[in-house]
Amino acid sequence: MPVTEVQPVRIVAVNVEGLTARASSPPDHRETVFGVEGLRVSYSGKPALKDVGMEIYENHITAFIGPSGCGKSTFIRCFNRTNDLILGAKVEGTVLYHGQDLYAPEVDAVEVRKLIGMVFQKPNPFPKSIFDNVAFGPRVIGLGDSLGERVERALHRAALWDEVKDRLEENAYSLSGGQQQRLCIARCLAVDPEVILMDEPCSALDPIATLKIEELMQELKKQYTIIIVTHNMQQAARVSDKTAMMMLYEDTRAGTVIEFDETDTIFTRPEDKRTEDYVTGRFG
Amino acid sequence: MTAQRAAAAARAATTLGTGSRRDRIAGHVFLGFLLLSVAVGLVTLGALVVDVLVDGVPKLGKQLLLNPPSVSPEKAGARPAILASLYLGVLIIAFSVPLGVGTAVYLEEYARKDRWYNRLLELNIQNLAAVPSIVYGILGLAFIVRGLGVGRVLLAGAIILTLVVLPTVIVASREAIRAVPDSIRQGAYALGATKWQVVWRQVLPASIPGIATGSILSVSRGIGETAPLLLVGALTYVAFNPSLLGAYTALPIQIFQWIARPQEEFKFLAAGAIIVLLAMLLTLNAFAIWLRNRYQRKW
Repeated sequence: MPVTEVQPVRIVAVNVEGLTARASSPPDHRETVFGVEGLRVSYSGKPALKDVGMEIYENHITAFIGPSGCGKSTFIRCFNRTNDLILGAKVEGTVLYHGQDLYAPEVDAVEVRKLIGMVFQKPNPFPKSIFDNVAFGPRVIGLGDSLGERVERALHRAALWDEVKDRLEENAYSLSGGQQQRLCIARCLAVDPEVILMDEPCSALDPIATLKIEELMQELKKQYTIIIVTHNMQQAARVSDKTAMMMLYEDTRAGTVIEFDETDTIFTRPEDKRTEDYVTGRFG
Repeated sequence: MTAQRAAAAARAATTLGTGSRRDRIAGHVFLGFLLLSVAVGLVTLGALVVDVLVDGVPKLGKQLLLNPPSVSPEKAGARPAILASLYLGVLIIAFSVPLGVGTAVYLEEYARKDRWYNRLLELNIQNLAAVPSIVYGILGLAFIVRGLGVGRVLLAGAIILTLVVLPTVIVASREAIRAVPDSIRQGAYALGATKWQVVWRQVLPASIPGIATGSILSVSRGIGETAPLLLVGALTYVAFNPSLLGAYTALPIQIFQWIARPQEEFKFLAAGAIIVLLAMLLTLNAFAIWLRNRYQRKW
């Protein structure tokens, strides 16, 4: 492929000029929730992500797209410090959350995760009742008062209440896959996070369940800031406001953000040739 | 195309008819060997059980269960031994489950696998499971009976048997903990749970069925142990009910002692006691299987 031969030269240009230029002028002046600068992640010394810089805006859905293995999941895990749980993972650079560095030495990762919720690729309900699944978060962080109301509110917001209100004591595994994923969203909403991270939340779901989650996301972004990793470009185009295109550096096998813009721009007039190739399905 | 098809047809004609004949015979021979292996185990076990039942069933009754041992076989029973074995079982569970589960949780959830001392610890525990129980008996005699001065009492026996079964309890608990998928831990961490909360509220409750099953099976092995108890002073003749800090005997020891007697009658008593011991162990194992089926979980 001739494309790959030209790449190394272009990466630098895009990163330095493209991103810094855009970062300085958030469109329609939304509040910046996260500011990422010089982010670099390595697993046991092997770099997985480097030179990442971008901003995440309030009440937006920001999508990360890119081919497999380009570090999308690694990147999203930096926002709630779940990379800390992986032995040998090392995160450098800054991730500012409302101006506060999440990786500053005095910051407690557990506190970070209370503010920034996460929904995983495969629905992972706890082997407990539906009620206890949603109540787990409030219980562990001590939001025990009016637990019943809190659980009901979270299930309402996750558009699951009507389907489960008569069976709250049943095991969560009795739900369908799509319902389980909405339960996981409800579980995450129950602790009142500000941000919801979604790591390919629909990849294990059928199209109808996927549609439900996507509709739910549109509803949720009124109150929350959402970051979503997706393999599905149509999904990114349908649901997100902003899209970050990620790709591997050819020489280091580390991923980075090569282009970050309005979703419309990424899908219709991308600046980077590789983004264009990817979104038009020519590779990846 | 036609040439290719002709070649395939030719190959089909040769191989489909004859080619696998030797393999088929080998397959039958192999299956025969497998069935033989199974038969050796089943027949032996069956013969043992039938032999014991024939000798022992007539002796099952009030005398065997309620009388203390005696020099005359008409009066002898195994009450102190049965009680002591029950006490031992309860004590072994009480000692080995907290220690075993604690070790397993440390090794699975807390120990950093890249540290040499944790790997050494793991290797040691695996090796401990293979140490002959008589060695534990010698250790018990030296350190617990004499060193700590506990004496040849029931408590000393329970401590030794705990050490005998502990490695198995640890291994079983680790398996149960490892079977809890990581996605559960990740989900709990993502909600702002601390490590302690993740372990205590998610991992342990989810692994309790596995831990319980494994522990019960290990304990049933402990109850059947004879060798280490011989060394830490399970007496062969105890005419009174056992107590924690008193002399004691256990069912396997009682059986051993009765079989060693010259009088024919005692052999039937021994067979009866074997049935009682088997019944205790089978009850425990059945309970373990019931627990496993009742709470078995697919992720």
